[in-house]
Amino acid sequence: MASDLFGVPVDQISAASSAQTLDNWDSIQHLNLVLAVEEKFGLQLSPEEIEQMKTVGDTAKLVESKLQAAPR
Amino acid sequence: MPHQHNPATLRAEVNRLLAEGAPDAASRLLAELWRREPGSATASFVTSRVDQLRDKLPLARFKLAILRSFTVEPIVPLLRAEAFTYGIDLEVHVGDFNAYVQDIVDANSSLYRFAPNAVILAVRTEDVAPDLVREFADLSPEVAHQAAARVTRGYEQWISSFRQHSQAALVVHALERPTHPSLGVLDGQSETGQSGLTRQINRELRLIAASHHGVYVLDYDALVARHGSQHWHDERKWLTARLPIAAGHLLHMAREWMRFVVPLVGRTAKCLVIDLDNTLWGGVIGEDGMAGIKVGPEYPGAAYQALQRALLDLSRKGILLAACSKNNLDDAMEALDKHPGMLVRSQNFAALRINWTDKSQNLREIAQELKIGLDSLAFLDDNPFEREQVRAAMPEVTVIDPSQNPLDYAAIVRDCPVFERLTLSDEDQQRTAMYAAQRQRAGAEQSFQSKEDFFRFLEQEAELNPVSDLTLARVAQLTQKTNQFNLTTRRYTESQIAEMAKHPAWNIFSIRVRDRFGDHGIVGVAITHDQGDQCEVDTFLLSCRVIGRTIETALLAHIAKSAAERGCKRLVGRFLPTKKNAPARDFYSQHKFGLVEKNGEGSLWSLDLTRQQVPFPEWVKLITAQGAHD
Repeated sequence: MASDLFGVPVDQISAASSAQTLDNWDSIQHLNLVLAVEEKFGLQLSPEEIEQMKTVGDTAKLVESKLQAAPR
Repeated sequence: MPHQHNPATLRAEVNRLLAEGAPDAASRLLAELWRREPGSATASFVTSRVDQLRDKLPLARFKLAILRSFTVEPIVPLLRAEAFTYGIDLEVHVGDFNAYVQDIVDANSSLYRFAPNAVILAVRTEDVAPDLVREFADLSPEVAHQAAARVTRGYEQWISSFRQHSQAALVVHALERPTHPSLGVLDGQSETGQSGLTRQINRELRLIAASHHGVYVLDYDALVARHGSQHWHDERKWLTARLPIAAGHLLHMAREWMRFVVPLVGRTAKCLVIDLDNTLWGGVIGEDGMAGIKVGPEYPGAAYQALQRALLDLSRKGILLAACSKNNLDDAMEALDKHPGMLVRSQNFAALRINWTDKSQNLREIAQELKIGLDSLAFLDDNPFEREQVRAAMPEVTVIDPSQNPLDYAAIVRDCPVFERLTLSDEDQQRTAMYAAQRQRAGAEQSFQSKEDFFRFLEQEAELNPVSDLTLARVAQLTQKTNQFNLTTRRYTESQIAEMAKHPAWNIFSIRVRDRFGDHGIVGVAITHDQGDQCEVDTFLLSCRVIGRTIETALLAHIAKSAAERGCKRLVGRFLPTKKNAPARDFYSQHKFGLVEKNGEGSLWSLDLTRQQVPFPEWVKLITAQGAHD
């Protein structure tokens, strides 16, 4: 997903990838990441949670914990 | 059948094909990826690849501007990816937040500098009519009415100002009714409640739109209702990112816009070819028999009746139906004509191919029989093998993927943007009957000794008139849709035609044809432009159903005669070749025009009006408006 959104091959993305390491990670792409996560996993993220999504790893962890909290 | 890829391998394959320089194959897989996994992430992937492919594929370029009062940026990639699967390369310009009024009224705004083909005005009730949303309960009925009238006047001013500056199509979002009216159920009791007034504004907006050429209304309220207001809205995104639509519905917004974009670009289907077994009815007629197939008012037959109603609605819009089925002809015809549950009968089909030949061959024959291009066909079949075979053999055909569940078939057909029409002419509504008359005519043609005998027998009448308000929509539609007998293939919108018609140097004629079998309606257009003593044919086109009956000669004779009467000494015209217009290639040479020049773009032909004329075919009766040209 991050590869699609930030236009970077999958093997160049790690859990530590962030707005500092990926050129395309601007505010619009951040919104797109939030929307892609919500759409793909059927979640709703709060403004506080969106703040936490600083890296790809943070985002994955957030999604995992949300999915565990509300098993679908 | 190509092997099934999962989305990850599809991405890798697309990248590989792009690196190898195989744009057509890459484009097919990109479209497959999008069908398989449409969404925000995939959209970024697809649009970035489309940007690499755009110059290597025969995509139709289209410039769309979106003026808005909310965040639309995340919808744009979804829209561009969706457009790509309809063969459209969409360039999108997004106006600044809430700057739509300045953009529209200022002739030098970034909107007009972008020179869009179409503009969407996507505004919310809260922004256009804040009085009707906030503090509404404070307003007296009179004040509320005045507020509504102010909103309507605003629309009127914006739309006419837009028309002064641009000929582009305009799609205006109608207003959404409040989900939670201030006064609760009381709001539903009066016409001056929030709901009532919003509806009133929408009604007036429709009247304003109808009074301008090329202005259309998007029924936003109906769109939200279709998906459920509670699910559609996302209050948190509205407050944090000015995005009022929930993540899962952004694609639906994009698809609603596509229902306008596809017909505006002209990527519409003229004929739906449909399979019979397990598509038009449930079960297999050859195995289950008349008593076993499912179609009727009760479930599960009701699902197929719902689809059949959707098909009949398509033919009411002028879209032809054709059947293509692997079956014994007698079995299928018995079901079509005798089964009590069927709503669609064999006479509703303009062409039938019931045999054991492969479907792509049958589709080719159907296109030939109906004299339309392959890209004017859509294909609906429950069998994924048949769909893949058609996709691989003829990428021009729009292949519709029905879901696994027959209950969804009707909605899938109704939502498909290639069947959308923005205006409807009389010709559209009578098309199926006209094709039935055509079949009779083809039968008659075979029994004559010479072509001339046949032409005389036809008793053709050609009504030639300058374009008028009544014929404007049809004339524009013909320039948009005619591909084969079209000498220059210049596409014009209604407003462009209206603009041209105001200038005396431009002459725009439509031709309407009747014969002993029926009325073809308006089937041809010629547009000429006088430049000094020379008259240039800008556009010359004829619907393919009347080609080869000397109607083209009648139209040419008429424009040559009227040019000579206006004092022109030369009639010149270009032939600009496209993939499709080979039937028109020899038109000028057949009519004794001399070749002036020829280059990579096309050829230029000329006729000396002081020495030559184009004889009007003796077997065609000419009818013109009283006093004109006679």
